[in-house]
Amino acid sequence: MSKHAPNEIGLFAPEILKPAIVESFRKLDPRGLARNPVIFATALVSVLATFLVIQEGIRGGPAFWVGFQIAVWLWFTVLFANFAEAVAEGRGKARADAFRATKSTARAKFLADPARRDQFTLREVDLLQPGDIILVEVGDTIPTDGEVIEGVASVNESAITGESAPVIRESGGDHSSVTGGTTLASDWLVVKVTARPGETFLDKMISLVEGAKRQKTPNEIALNILLASLTLVFLFVVVTLPFFAAWSGTTIPTIYLIALFVTLIPTTIGGLLSAIGIAGMDRLVKANVIAKSGRAVEAAGDIDVLLLDKTGTITFGNRMADAFEPAPGVTEQELAEAAWLASLADDTPEGKSIVDLAARKFGLAEDGRATSGTFVPFTAQTRMSGVDLPDGTAIRKGAGDAMRKMAGVPLDAQVEGVIKRIASAGGTPLVVASGTRIMGVVYLKDIVKPNIRERFAELRRMGIRTVMITGDNPLTAAAIAAEAGVDDFLAEATPERKLELIRKEQTSGRLVAMCGDGSNDAPALAQADVGVAMNSGTPAAKEAGNLIDLDSDPTKLIEIVLVGKQLLISRGALTTFSIANDVAKYFAILPALFVAAYPGLAALDIMGLGTAQSAILSAIIFNALVIIALIPIALKGVAYKPSSASALLSRNLAIYGVGGLIVPFVGIKLIDLIVDLLHLV
Amino acid sequence: MQADLLQAALYAVVLVALAVPLGLYMARVYTGDVTFLAPVEKTLLGAAGGGGEQSWCTYAVSLLLFNAAGFALLLAILMFQNVLPLNPQGFDGLSWHLAFNTAVSFVTNTNWQSYGGETTMSNLSQMVGLTTQNFLSAATGMALAAAVARGFAGRQVRTVGNFWTDMTRSVLYILLPLSLVLAVVFAALGMPQTLAGSVDATTLEGAKQTIAIGPVASQLAIKQLGTNGGGFFNVNSAHPFENPLAITNYLSMLAILVIPVAFCFTYGRMIGDRRQGLALFAAMGVLLVAGFAALYAAEHAGNPLHAAFVEPVTGNMEGKEQRFGLIGSVLWAATTTAASNGSVNAMHDSLTPLAGMVAMLNMQLGEIVYGGVGVGLTGMLLFVIITVFLAGLMVGRTPEYLGKKIEAKEVKLAALTLLIMPIGVLVLGGLAIAVGTAQSSVQDAGPHGLSELIYAYTSATGNNGSAFAGFNANTPWHNTFLGLAMLLGRFGYMLPILAIAGSLGTKMPAPPTAGTFPTHGTVFVVLLVATILIVGALTFLPALALGPIAEQVSMLAGTTF
Repeated sequence: MSKHAPNEIGLFAPEILKPAIVESFRKLDPRGLARNPVIFATALVSVLATFLVIQEGIRGGPAFWVGFQIAVWLWFTVLFANFAEAVAEGRGKARADAFRATKSTARAKFLADPARRDQFTLREVDLLQPGDIILVEVGDTIPTDGEVIEGVASVNESAITGESAPVIRESGGDHSSVTGGTTLASDWLVVKVTARPGETFLDKMISLVEGAKRQKTPNEIALNILLASLTLVFLFVVVTLPFFAAWSGTTIPTIYLIALFVTLIPTTIGGLLSAIGIAGMDRLVKANVIAKSGRAVEAAGDIDVLLLDKTGTITFGNRMADAFEPAPGVTEQELAEAAWLASLADDTPEGKSIVDLAARKFGLAEDGRATSGTFVPFTAQTRMSGVDLPDGTAIRKGAGDAMRKMAGVPLDAQVEGVIKRIASAGGTPLVVASGTRIMGVVYLKDIVKPNIRERFAELRRMGIRTVMITGDNPLTAAAIAAEAGVDDFLAEATPERKLELIRKEQTSGRLVAMCGDGSNDAPALAQADVGVAMNSGTPAAKEAGNLIDLDSDPTKLIEIVLVGKQLLISRGALTTFSIANDVAKYFAILPALFVAAYPGLAALDIMGLGTAQSAILSAIIFNALVIIALIPIALKGVAYKPSSASALLSRNLAIYGVGGLIVPFVGIKLIDLIVDLLHLV
Repeated sequence: MQADLLQAALYAVVLVALAVPLGLYMARVYTGDVTFLAPVEKTLLGAAGGGGEQSWCTYAVSLLLFNAAGFALLLAILMFQNVLPLNPQGFDGLSWHLAFNTAVSFVTNTNWQSYGGETTMSNLSQMVGLTTQNFLSAATGMALAAAVARGFAGRQVRTVGNFWTDMTRSVLYILLPLSLVLAVVFAALGMPQTLAGSVDATTLEGAKQTIAIGPVASQLAIKQLGTNGGGFFNVNSAHPFENPLAITNYLSMLAILVIPVAFCFTYGRMIGDRRQGLALFAAMGVLLVAGFAALYAAEHAGNPLHAAFVEPVTGNMEGKEQRFGLIGSVLWAATTTAASNGSVNAMHDSLTPLAGMVAMLNMQLGEIVYGGVGVGLTGMLLFVIITVFLAGLMVGRTPEYLGKKIEAKEVKLAALTLLIMPIGVLVLGGLAIAVGTAQSSVQDAGPHGLSELIYAYTSATGNNGSAFAGFNANTPWHNTFLGLAMLLGRFGYMLPILAIAGSLGTKMPAPPTAGTFPTHGTVFVVLLVATILIVGALTFLPALALGPIAEQVSMLAGTTF
């Protein structure tokens, strides 16, 4: 699929980084900072530290220089956290700008009377209200979201989806919805406006990717509470420390206490938390999926059951020729040739697949015979199609009963047997006759998409059950389900049965995801925990779903689940890393604080840091720099390979837990060496 | 040393062998399948007003009211024991602050004793006042655990059981029978069991000596079984009447841990997933064994300054009874601090600095290394929730425990409890230093004195009750603030975990899949232990660095305090 430009934003694109630096300072506004308890606390003590340093400077105290550096790095900690958020937002903004560029500024053709298409008046797009009727003609950009009430046209939706092939939009049915910002590639449409000004799909996407309306997701709220509590715990630790130190006959400079506090509180995850959230949303947008709420993205990670429509997701949309079953006395090649001739001019997918199969099996190639014949198209009356060759032979293909009627005599028993066998295996038997002679049967079957089986196995390893939804009879459904490797299927599905299935799964505590496009899918979409509506679908379906797939690709559901999981994993991994870091920081700072009181406590300085001052400075520098170092992981999400929870836990624990214990020991030691080398303290 | 470790191993084996069947039996008690005292139970419950199902909120109110009533009654008995019967020695009523501290102490299952029992308490106070609370405070913790297990196991239910029923069953079917057996055994092994106040003895020099006695065996049984720890005598289980023999020492240690360990198995059975209980058992076990190993290593190494004039093989025997030896004292110290029991058979003040620190850490983790009866389990569950939430996201799902989503509400309640130990120990301890009451109460200067202070507030907040000694707690300030610390450390944990259980009970558990965060198995146990150590223990590292660690490094450098 061709993607448009904003999908590829480099991690270090200067056009993002430069404004982000400015934005980091603007985000020092306390009202914004207060949303993030950990960083807010850091900012507060940075103010205090600054005040103390100025005081020390005025007094000309000896601790000014080291205090000054600590204060500077404290502010960097806050700025780096702001920067992480600003970069994530900047990437969203870049995407939003691309969307905004497609917004139509041209005036809409307003129809006072929908029946009189020639009499339109031009009206500002901003004045269009839901219910207004507008005309869109070839070459026009559709000004706002709406529903087609008259006409058929091809629409180029590449501005939104990145897909360059135009799609058909027509009144009635499941493909009646048009999106503002797309252009009409042919014909005309009469459209009823469905969105208020400023609330069109494009507007929503823009505000979404910009993060302007970003609400904290449930897990994020809970994590924030925990981080705030840990901050409070460490506040108690640090605030009471001067008393214990006084007991021990030593005093600890307040600036060191501040340094200890900031290194202990979870600034790493606190600083990256919102960037992770924004980036997760961004990854979804990159996959051309719009989430109506962050909650839906998180819920996608929690999914236990995936309901997948058979057609289009598991199988190709159309049935395809799979085998030639000749009648007695006919060779397979003769049958193939007859079927091939009957299908050469047939441009239905089934017809094309017959030509393909014949060409593949017997190397049949165009030799002028077909073009010289007359193509007889399929009609509802005859229910067969074929070709009249110049020599007068009429070759026909059609369903068994239609051919029986044409032949006027019962079909050969063996052929009937073949027809029954194919039907019972879930296929479609297509009988081919040359004149009155029955040549045999073409086996049309649902072709399961390649690699889909592996995909389902992967989902199973992740603990997700797949259920195939199909209107086929149970026999057919079972055959395809077995071939595709889904865990379960719902045959003869109706919207009601689908809804019932979702409710049943939910009462047993499972979370269900599904996708759909038709109006009759709306109740099920609304009931499902994650409902992905196809962008090509009806407004009702799009209203009911909590995610919208711009590509209208039902397979996307699987990708959405992966994005949701990656978001949660990134958050968990960086939280674990952040908290594990505390061990090393204690070993850096505590001996530095207490060695004056008890020289023996130097034994705790297992890193062998230069001096007490360099130890404290190194720890605070590490604490700030680690935020910057982890921004790429926060934005890209941690590397994620679908596997079972146990495997993921072991792997991530080894990397982020054990890594979180070890990395700061190394990092602080290295920084300490540099601090000493530069004689910073 | 090999003989020591063999003893410890034997202890562990017997302990688990007793705890498993007891745990499964207790699960049957709480599901109402044990009925051999049904008529008594019915009579008692009838008097209490029936036993219908309660929501977590009603359950909590019942629990609080019952404890408040128990507190008021005990307070009255203690303050007015001089005018009440069964006071053969004619002791005075207690001061308001000592009465408050003692009443809180026994109601909260702490059994911190700012007093010396044999010189302060009348027999009525000991038997009706204190021993009653030994049963009831233990039963309260056990009832809580049962209610919490029901909530965790519940499938969209709004109730967690009935407090009065759980209390009655805890006492009738678990505490009373076990105490009865143990008291008889103790009495048979030589502990006094009499209502007489004291006996007079004529010493060899012909002097007259008054030897305090009383109903010791009966109080001792529940003191250990209910993780109470409040002794009849001031020196607690170091007293020859409280702990005459090596065998009573051994039985006491088993009694200290048997119910807390059993609760892991009770929990597994009640939630219908043995492996979950086993994981908690394992995590607690790892911490207990690690604590014991560190304690033993420190005590066995002894004080290097003494090496010149003490035979090195004995290790540090200061403050220990010869009849229990090093292992009998060290194992006791490890179990009593881990289990929130608080009875001592050696003076913790005399432990080597690092051994003292382990004893403190055991308590500072929040008394979850098996912990107090019932409350050890529920405290551990709070850590499970924190662990599941911190690391659970790493598997790409909203964190779940037992199939139930851990959401903002549960996290908020569990995170609140993280503040309890820092407030009780660091804030109240720091406050005592700030106002100078700490300095006037400690016996030693420098880091050892700080350890005495930290130990006292740790013991109170952890509802342990053991004392580092050397700390004079019987002052209005410390009696009051230690009392507040005990209340905070008791109900500050109880109410949030009960609320969490209530909330989880209303949720529908999702069936486990390959994508579910596993809360059993080795990886989870390691993770849980790591979380406890990082989140729980690191909080105290600065204070410990200035206390026991500073003392240790100074000792190695040749300075003692």
